[in-house]
Amino acid sequence: GCFVFKPSAKRRRVSQKKDRGLGESIGDSEDTELRFVTCQSLWAQIKAKTEQIQEDLNKQLFDNLVNFLKLSHSEFQEKTAEQTCRMKSREIPTAALILGVNVTDHDLTFRSLSEVLQNNVSPYVALLEAKDCPGIKNLIQKLMGQLMNCYVDVEDEDYVQVSQKRIRCSMNSIITWYESVTKKTESTTPSEKGTSSSRHWQSPPVVVIFKDMESFTTKVLQDFIVISGQHIHELPLVLIFGIATSPMIIHSLLPHSVSSLLCIELFQSLSCKEHLSTVIDQVLLPTDFPFKLGEKVLQVLINVFLYHDFSVQNFIKGFQLCLVEHFFSQPLSVLCCQKEDTKKRVNSLTHEQCENVRRLPSFRSYVESQASEKQVALLTEDDILKGIIQKLLEDLNVYHQNYLPVLRCLHVFTSSLPKYPLGKQIMELHCACLENKVWETKEYESSLQLARMLNKSDLVTMLQQCVEIFVSSSGKEFDKTVEKLKEFLTQFQKLEEEAFQERDVSVSPQKELQKKTDLYHLQKTLLELKDSRRSKKLTKFEMLRFEVVDYIDSLVRNYLIPAHHKTLHEIVYFNRASVLRGHLNAAPRTALHTALNNPYSYLKNQALKSDGGSISNKAPDICIVYKLHLECGRLINLVDWLEAFSTVVMSVEGQNADAASSDQMDDTIQYPF
Amino acid sequence: MPNIEYPAYPADTLLQLESLVPCRESQVSMLLSIFGERHQFSFPSIFIYGHTSSGKTYVMQTLLNTLKLPHVFVNCVEHFTSRLLLEEILIQLQKYSETEQTSHVSCDNFNDFVRYFKQAVANKELQDQTLYIVLDRAEQLREMEANILPAFLRLQELTDRNVTVVLLSEIVWELFRPNAGCFEPFTLYFPDYSIGHLQKILSQNHPSEYSGDFYAAYINILLGVFYMVCRDLKELQHLAVLNFSKYCEPVVRGEANERDTRKLWKNIEPHLKKAMQTVYLREISSTQWKRLQHDEGELGQLKGLSAHTHVELPYYSKFLLIAAYLASYNPVRTDKRFFLKHHGKIRKTNFMKKHEKTSNHLLGPKPFPLDRLLAILYSIVDKRVAPTANIFSQITSLVTLQLLSIVGHNDQLDGPRYKCTVSLDFIRAVAR
Repeated sequence: GCFVFKPSAKRRRVSQKKDRGLGESIGDSEDTELRFVTCQSLWAQIKAKTEQIQEDLNKQLFDNLVNFLKLSHSEFQEKTAEQTCRMKSREIPTAALILGVNVTDHDLTFRSLSEVLQNNVSPYVALLEAKDCPGIKNLIQKLMGQLMNCYVDVEDEDYVQVSQKRIRCSMNSIITWYESVTKKTESTTPSEKGTSSSRHWQSPPVVVIFKDMESFTTKVLQDFIVISGQHIHELPLVLIFGIATSPMIIHSLLPHSVSSLLCIELFQSLSCKEHLSTVIDQVLLPTDFPFKLGEKVLQVLINVFLYHDFSVQNFIKGFQLCLVEHFFSQPLSVLCCQKEDTKKRVNSLTHEQCENVRRLPSFRSYVESQASEKQVALLTEDDILKGIIQKLLEDLNVYHQNYLPVLRCLHVFTSSLPKYPLGKQIMELHCACLENKVWETKEYESSLQLARMLNKSDLVTMLQQCVEIFVSSSGKEFDKTVEKLKEFLTQFQKLEEEAFQERDVSVSPQKELQKKTDLYHLQKTLLELKDSRRSKKLTKFEMLRFEVVDYIDSLVRNYLIPAHHKTLHEIVYFNRASVLRGHLNAAPRTALHTALNNPYSYLKNQALKSDGGSISNKAPDICIVYKLHLECGRLINLVDWLEAFSTVVMSVEGQNADAASSDQMDDTIQYPF
Repeated sequence: MPNIEYPAYPADTLLQLESLVPCRESQVSMLLSIFGERHQFSFPSIFIYGHTSSGKTYVMQTLLNTLKLPHVFVNCVEHFTSRLLLEEILIQLQKYSETEQTSHVSCDNFNDFVRYFKQAVANKELQDQTLYIVLDRAEQLREMEANILPAFLRLQELTDRNVTVVLLSEIVWELFRPNAGCFEPFTLYFPDYSIGHLQKILSQNHPSEYSGDFYAAYINILLGVFYMVCRDLKELQHLAVLNFSKYCEPVVRGEANERDTRKLWKNIEPHLKKAMQTVYLREISSTQWKRLQHDEGELGQLKGLSAHTHVELPYYSKFLLIAAYLASYNPVRTDKRFFLKHHGKIRKTNFMKKHEKTSNHLLGPKPFPLDRLLAILYSIVDKRVAPTANIFSQITSLVTLQLLSIVGHNDQLDGPRYKCTVSLDFIRAVAR
């Protein structure tokens, strides 16, 4: 057996930890409370932000789906009159929704989808999961339950009696239910002056969503589709298949006779990679949230994402874990708050906390770089220290504000280079910049080389993009940069104008070439041309290009200093990757082994602390059994095993208990076997 | 004179019936002669079989409806348990009874059913007529309780009433016959429609704006394209409706008249071929197809279902899948040779290896234990892989995605065995 980390379990652990954190440090100071509150509020903000992102990303898809559903439905209404005679076998409108393999994220998507559908298309939405529907009977039961419940949500007074009765679970009863419901709404809507009909139609479709198409058994799906295909005239049914792999699964699950009853349209959701990069782009990079992730931690999270699950939800959960862990383990994280509160909090620092600040490695190196009298002042007087802290935090903030636009700018350049030496996505670039000085890496070198070979139109568009980035950024220092970049742009324009004039000139040698017809002259001119090309001095454009690249390089060197070179970075950066790795990458086999081999590591009972080799009889029975089993080879004689076990257990008790009782003990000792 | 002759019914009803069931005259007259007159007892059970859409259900329905014979029509797929099935029959019977009883009947077993059934047919109208119970998709009956099918076959005897049970199925009677033996029903075979039949039936429901000949010519072309792949009448009807507007296009535009068959054929033929590759296979939906017809030739943009074959997988999932594939198709004894660094010398078994390879792919995937999968995974991934919960949960999620399948019982926790269910092409795409 192995234990998979379910999100809920993690939650519980996290909350326990918080409690422990609070309880443990009551004596410490009251700032744990503050830390906890800060952490909570920050998380609430981040959560809201991520949900917002998710909503925005799904909007397009949902809009398409809603349109499809509306359309399929309107056809149902119109067709009933004119075309039923011609199209005797009407198809069931079906949306195949391809969501990618990150199954853990689907839950959220489907929940918001059904919400959207209930608001916009029809109140009758049923979500079916494969694990609830092992047979067609269960499926219909579940479907009925959900449909009738969602009816109760709308008008719950007079329909309760039916749901109380045990109804026959068949399609017929669904149809009669549907007829009664639509009739009722028809009769009520005129009196309500069409308030509800503005949102839903007279006969809204019944939407059935199959969450995980792959896991449904073929038979259940086939039967359901065949049944509903027979009743499509009476019941406007719309199916939505949630598909994780590829739409080919429809063909492999359903035979042609069944799939011919469907009218399938394909919808593709955004890939999870894009989703993640937007999350990183909008949550991790901006300065809205004071909390930051260190390079290694971010790498761990991204690796879990790319290597293991593709799940954005898990990424966010991991981020949350980092947040909690940071606020729990770093006492100075009180200062990790919004700009406005910083001043107040710095002023209210206790002496103990000031000492904590002095112990920070980054602060110590800062102190060492100062003049000696100032060093003493910093190390002894709290007030001076507080002022400095304030200033340093301010610096850090400014650094973050400047960091982002320059990073974006560099990304504009590197993302269009062939082979992407610095990575295609901004998160890779971000990681590279956080790790160490990016301008010292080989990749940066090669990307600069490549940037020096860009053609003009690309360069100009990139420069324009950079100007936009800097203009929209909040940093004040970039006025100059913007000016400089604009200057480059005008220069390029000038060059272009000049190039127009030059073109006439440049044509001339070729004209000469055409003039001279004899071989010797031709050869000579060609050689000349070649020579001139080789030794040609850099054109104006090339000069300018070098200038631009050098300028970008200087920007990078100025602003993209890795965060761990900054003083007080410990306050806002979470860098304990090993802790995170321990939490996220559970290793059930190793955990079991250590638990059985060395129970002390989990039980923390002093009596269990053994020196290794020997088998203590105080350990839990299962550990003893396990160790004895390790001592043997591939095969164990059960009797020997039992014998060995009883000797270990009895080794202490044997001294005070006599031989007669040992026979009696056997029953209790034997139980593991 | 109608082809279907039977003195018991008025000639004009028979004529009407004949017009409704084209190409099934012989079957209908056969049925009528079995049914006999209204009051006569008929054969206790009739078994009708034939391929998909050979008109079994349709013929039965029109026959019973036009002759106004008392009947109950039940689909066995829809009423998937015996209880539902029996109750449905009783509910439908209630409409023949004089007393309007709407009370809910609950009928758990066949004994109750017989009792209720006697009550239901007690009224006068039903007493002197044969009641027909038609069970569509009767193959489902085999999956219900063992007594259901034999009991239905001798319902006449059990209830002692004038009732005939008609079973409709796509499979032959031999596959139904229970071990314990039962009453043999009268079997009747509905042959497939021939191309001439299809032509005749499809041409029948031509739209009123166009002449029958015009539509018949269209159906002729349609059948010429589709008859090779599809003989399903329903599907053909569907395709005919879908593509007719395209066929009419030149006529509507005035470029050709209705007689100009050659021109029309040139116009429609490539279109139909395209339809065969897309709509018929449900690669794109019929509404999308219609939209395409409106705004001409943007088929390139619209990709079918099969176009999206690529599946993006996380890094280790890819390796897991490849490892699973290797484990499924390579015999265990080659593992040492393939995956160990110091495997000793390679014996010259080239000839044998080739032979093995082909046969392995023909034999299909073999099950393998979890440990072997992990061992292969460790050897094909360059880096060190820790056996974390993430890896294990990925295996499970691959199983839920139906890329792997678990072999044997689910409750076997210690040694689960898997099978790789993906094809070589898929693995090639993943490995790239």
